[in-house]
Amino acid sequence: MKAILATLRREAPMAAGLAVLITMAALPLLAPLVVDPGLAAIGSVPPRRPPGGAHWLGTDTQGRDVLASLLAAIPKTLEIGLLAGLIGLGIGTLLGLAAGWFRGATDLVIRTACDVMMTIPAIAVLVLVGTSLRVMTVEAMALIVAGLSWMVPARAVRAQVLSLRERPWIDVARLNGSSGAAIVLTELLPNLAPYLAASFVIAVSTAMLATIGLEALGLGPQNDITLGMMIYWAQYSGAILRGMWWWWVPPVAALALIFIALLALSSGMDRIVNAKLRTLR
Amino acid sequence: MSGLGAYALNRLAMAGLVILVALSVNFVIPRLMPGDPVEQQLAAISAAGGQVGDMAAAAAALRERLGLDRPIFVQYLSYLGNALRFDLGVSAASYPQRVSEIVFSALPWTIGLLGMSTLVSFVLGTVMGAALAWPRAPLLLKALALPVIALSAIPYFILGIVLLALFAIVWPVLPAGGGYPFGRVLNADLETGLGILRHGLLPGLSIVLASLGTWAVAMRGMVVGVLGEDYITLAEAKGLPQGRIFLAYGIRNALLPQLTQLALKLGLLVSGAILVEVVFAYPGIGYRLYVAIGQKDVFVVQGIVLLLSVSIALTMLVLDLIYPLIDPRVAARSA
Repeated sequence: MKAILATLRREAPMAAGLAVLITMAALPLLAPLVVDPGLAAIGSVPPRRPPGGAHWLGTDTQGRDVLASLLAAIPKTLEIGLLAGLIGLGIGTLLGLAAGWFRGATDLVIRTACDVMMTIPAIAVLVLVGTSLRVMTVEAMALIVAGLSWMVPARAVRAQVLSLRERPWIDVARLNGSSGAAIVLTELLPNLAPYLAASFVIAVSTAMLATIGLEALGLGPQNDITLGMMIYWAQYSGAILRGMWWWWVPPVAALALIFIALLALSSGMDRIVNAKLRTLR
Repeated sequence: MSGLGAYALNRLAMAGLVILVALSVNFVIPRLMPGDPVEQQLAAISAAGGQVGDMAAAAAALRERLGLDRPIFVQYLSYLGNALRFDLGVSAASYPQRVSEIVFSALPWTIGLLGMSTLVSFVLGTVMGAALAWPRAPLLLKALALPVIALSAIPYFILGIVLLALFAIVWPVLPAGGGYPFGRVLNADLETGLGILRHGLLPGLSIVLASLGTWAVAMRGMVVGVLGEDYITLAEAKGLPQGRIFLAYGIRNALLPQLTQLALKLGLLVSGAILVEVVFAYPGIGYRLYVAIGQKDVFVVQGIVLLLSVSIALTMLVLDLIYPLIDPRVAARSA
């Protein structure tokens, strides 16, 4: 605990990023203290009102309170990113472990699949699936994005496993008669943990970027409110040209804040992981 | 030589595989989804004001015309054949314009906008990164680095929205959208050229600002790494002037990986800033894609998606084939 606190003090930007993200994730609990979450429903308030006493951030053309929408959209956006990042990292870790541990034909197939999928732009597949689906939901979106974000973790984990498996302690485990699965689970995975944590942040950040891109193109979940959808509707209704700044500034600012927080978090974690890896060698 | 030949063959096969997978994904995904593409297509044509008449007869005729009544494998082969000739069918929304026509008329805009802004951000970012690696970098530059790096974390189009609001609405000095002055016939004269430039300024600026930090960080890291090499120590021991060591030894060696990145980015041009084009209604590939999605114009969407994949696969191939000429170790390592 003391060590964690010391690390957080040393990596001040990372701690700040983490704090921002945790606060945002806790918004479903905090938001009702500020504004009635029901006001995010279409037609619940008079439309096109500039910010004022009744509606701190004004209302949009469809009769939604912008503040209520924003506070509902931020955790939803994070949820998609976390879900997609988690699934993508999971698939990637499994494939990376398999490729690095079994090598040979398994490795060749997985590596080729990685290379092919990395070359085909994710946005192209996303658009194709998005236009073909009738109804887009938050879960479907997370799944699609995850299906396209496992390659980087898979390659990274593979490279780590290839180097870790040559370490003396793995030989000791093997001589002790441990099975392959046991070695992977008890010897490799714990050593990969800090590394996986760092790739998780990157996976979440790329997943969020992809979902927001999809949403801004109009292929997002129509019935849910996320930051990308807020921007899409604002853009669709010409909020920028009509001078309705209170509608588009909040989601844009929130997104910028999220991405900067993720950057601070990931660069901080990179430094910590690199230090860890150095001591391993 | 055999190593180099095997390497080239390997890369060619890889590019072929990528293109085949991209084509297949393009073929399979729409067919996996619920809904009949023919009826959707007809609905799109009639929604756009076309006369369809007897729906069932028209559907049967279109099905035959598109070959959808044939077995799936035959459809797949003829689709591959058509795609290789870049025959992508006709647009539903702007019938009977061909998809390839739509795609190729949008392409120059995208390449122009993105090529220009990528080059500008590469030069500025590389210079900035190199300057940051200089041990006695001015404090002002270091202070400037932080916001630039923060900007690079934000998606391009978010920055685009902010710039649009600032310089086209709040302080309207630049046009809010489009690629050229409204209603103007595109001639090769100076006025048209200036108009195009003015319209490209804001979308270009959002790309430059948002990617500057990435270039700077990469270059700084590279230069710092190179300055730690033994041959730098040797150059210092020989008593060469600091400036010369930094420029001729440090920068020069750090520039190579940076150039590789540039080539890669140029290959990603087409898909790089779809959303920036959407924000500024810029008449390139990205905006066409956005419009086609809104119109449910399936064939145009597929055509653009295919173009995105193929252009990247081909650039990677060219890059892979050129690389051994620059750095012979690449072919030797992979052979």
